[in-house]
Amino acid sequence: MTEIIKLKNVAKHYYMGDDVVKALDGVDISIEKGSFVAIMGPSGSGKSTGMNLIGSLDLPTSGEIYLDEHDISHLTESELAQIRGKKIGFIFQSFNLIPNLTAKENIMLPMLFQGLEKNERESRAEELLGLVDLKDRINHYPNQLSGGQQQRVAIARALANDPEVILADEPTGNLDTKTGENVLQFLENLNKKGKTIVMVTHDSKLAEKHAQKIYWLKDGKIEKVTRKEKEKWKTVK
Amino acid sequence: MLKDYFFLAIGNLRHRGLRSWLTMLGIFIGIAAVVSLISLGQGLQEAITGQFSTLDPDKLIIENAGTGFGPPGSTSVKKLTEHDLNLIKSISGVEFAIPRLIRSVKVDLDDEREFIFTTSIPDGKKQIEIIEDALNLEIGEGRFLELEDRGKIVVGIHLKEDHFNGKLKAGKDIKIQGRNFEVIGILKKSSNFIVNNVILMPEDDLKEILEIEDEIDIIVVQVEDKDKTEEVAQDIERKLRKDRKQKLGEEDFSVQTPLQAIGTINNILNIINLVVIGIAALSLLVGGIGIANAMYTSTLERTKDIGIMKSVGAKNSDILFIFLIESSLLGLVGGIIGAILGLGLAFLVSSIVGSFLGGISLEVRLSFPLLVLAISFSLLIGITSGILPALQASKLNPVDALRQ
Repeated sequence: MTEIIKLKNVAKHYYMGDDVVKALDGVDISIEKGSFVAIMGPSGSGKSTGMNLIGSLDLPTSGEIYLDEHDISHLTESELAQIRGKKIGFIFQSFNLIPNLTAKENIMLPMLFQGLEKNERESRAEELLGLVDLKDRINHYPNQLSGGQQQRVAIARALANDPEVILADEPTGNLDTKTGENVLQFLENLNKKGKTIVMVTHDSKLAEKHAQKIYWLKDGKIEKVTRKEKEKWKTVK
Repeated sequence: MLKDYFFLAIGNLRHRGLRSWLTMLGIFIGIAAVVSLISLGQGLQEAITGQFSTLDPDKLIIENAGTGFGPPGSTSVKKLTEHDLNLIKSISGVEFAIPRLIRSVKVDLDDEREFIFTTSIPDGKKQIEIIEDALNLEIGEGRFLELEDRGKIVVGIHLKEDHFNGKLKAGKDIKIQGRNFEVIGILKKSSNFIVNNVILMPEDDLKEILEIEDEIDIIVVQVEDKDKTEEVAQDIERKLRKDRKQKLGEEDFSVQTPLQAIGTINNILNIINLVVIGIAALSLLVGGIGIANAMYTSTLERTKDIGIMKSVGAKNSDILFIFLIESSLLGLVGGIIGAILGLGLAFLVSSIVGSFLGGISLEVRLSFPLLVLAISFSLLIGITSGILPALQASKLNPVDALRQ
């Protein structure tokens, strides 16, 4: 299987005065195309930093990051933006919809930054709203939608540019169990259709239920890597 | 693409509603001040120089110095006399020198009493013609004063229309300083509001009712060759000074040439223009700072939005454009509304002047280039004050921005 994302000996250090905070400290992660990977860890384990680096929102202090076999660790902010807009779709715990844009406009936004024509953006946004079953909420603003509905709009937005990777940061954190289960079911369906899913979570049950491979992070390092083989979890590293 | 940013920016501005309007207020005021002033400026210049339409290029006016702000003759400086008149008449290049009195008189008509400026019409056919010509007098009703007319007056149109409850008519008798006069003519409307409110009276009559012997308020000089007006003016000044044994710069009289008078007015207008433009410039500066401030606030408020936009692929330049378009729109819309307000203000002032200062018409000049210039300038202010906040917004780190 080809690797869509690969982190090689990646470190991310933050400087707070004279103190160095090693959010990530020499981490290797490889994510195969079409897989469902979870990054597990308690808060402070560096999983959010990892997610930012995987999503090319941030650059590492050292190490290399490959996206589709291109080294992105030395790109400029604008080049990174272009790549992330095209190849990665984000789903956040707090949905992160823009409050003064409607559901449809929120979904159109990533396509705008890729330079798609307006009618193309509109028809694609409507199609995606149909996919997440929100056709009747096209012109609603985020504050007129329930949490579950907002997260579905966010999923539709993540799919706007037909990215290869969906990055989900605690996607069910702000949802009740049932709604959360629906969202994860939706992500699993996307995975079956060939999308690579990377989910960051602190909930091991959730990770083990849906992912095929789990990176367990602790204190900025990888504690272990487990893989599901024939419905059984095995530690591979 | 740019069009989409445009709509995105409009959406953001509308979302902020009232605050966007308040931000534009500074710009409104500045642009409105500039537009109204300049639209009125030319009209103002015409209105004021219209008051000096009495000044033909071949005529000079000699008057007592220091009488500028009161009616001539009201101050105690040495008055012009027959002696001065004869001196001026003897100077070469002077065709005619005509003495005139301009005084306020008590006028009674039925139960109404008013004080009105009266000016004397000289003796002599040619002299009368010169005064008619100098003041651009045209008769509307009745006839003009002629030689040998006594006890008769001609009045400006406003005395008929706006004074004495409209009872003053051609043929009517009125009392001036207690003496009866017959109104034999009414002048046509003039661009000079003094003419519209004046009583014209034979010189001898005016001297009689005011009990004046040898006093002259102003002397109007008709120059033989209008190309030599300035030279004749200098000559008169020199001779009068010599006659009065005064030093240069210490004269108690003045010889006004038409160019000087208009030059003085233009100086005053320029000062007024400078003051208003200064105020407008300050207002625009404050308006610009207001826009910059609003954009900074907006950057802070929308840090998270900026993070979200970056996470879905917005480049720094995209964010920069969106913010710049927003600040430009503030400038542009502020400018357009300011221009409209300014024109409205100009028309308002014009109509107020028209109805309260009867006779002076202050016309509004609509200048398309001025409007375009004012609006473009305001747009420029919007862009320049938006640059720094937009740069700041565009450089936000997406991770930090999302954490907000």
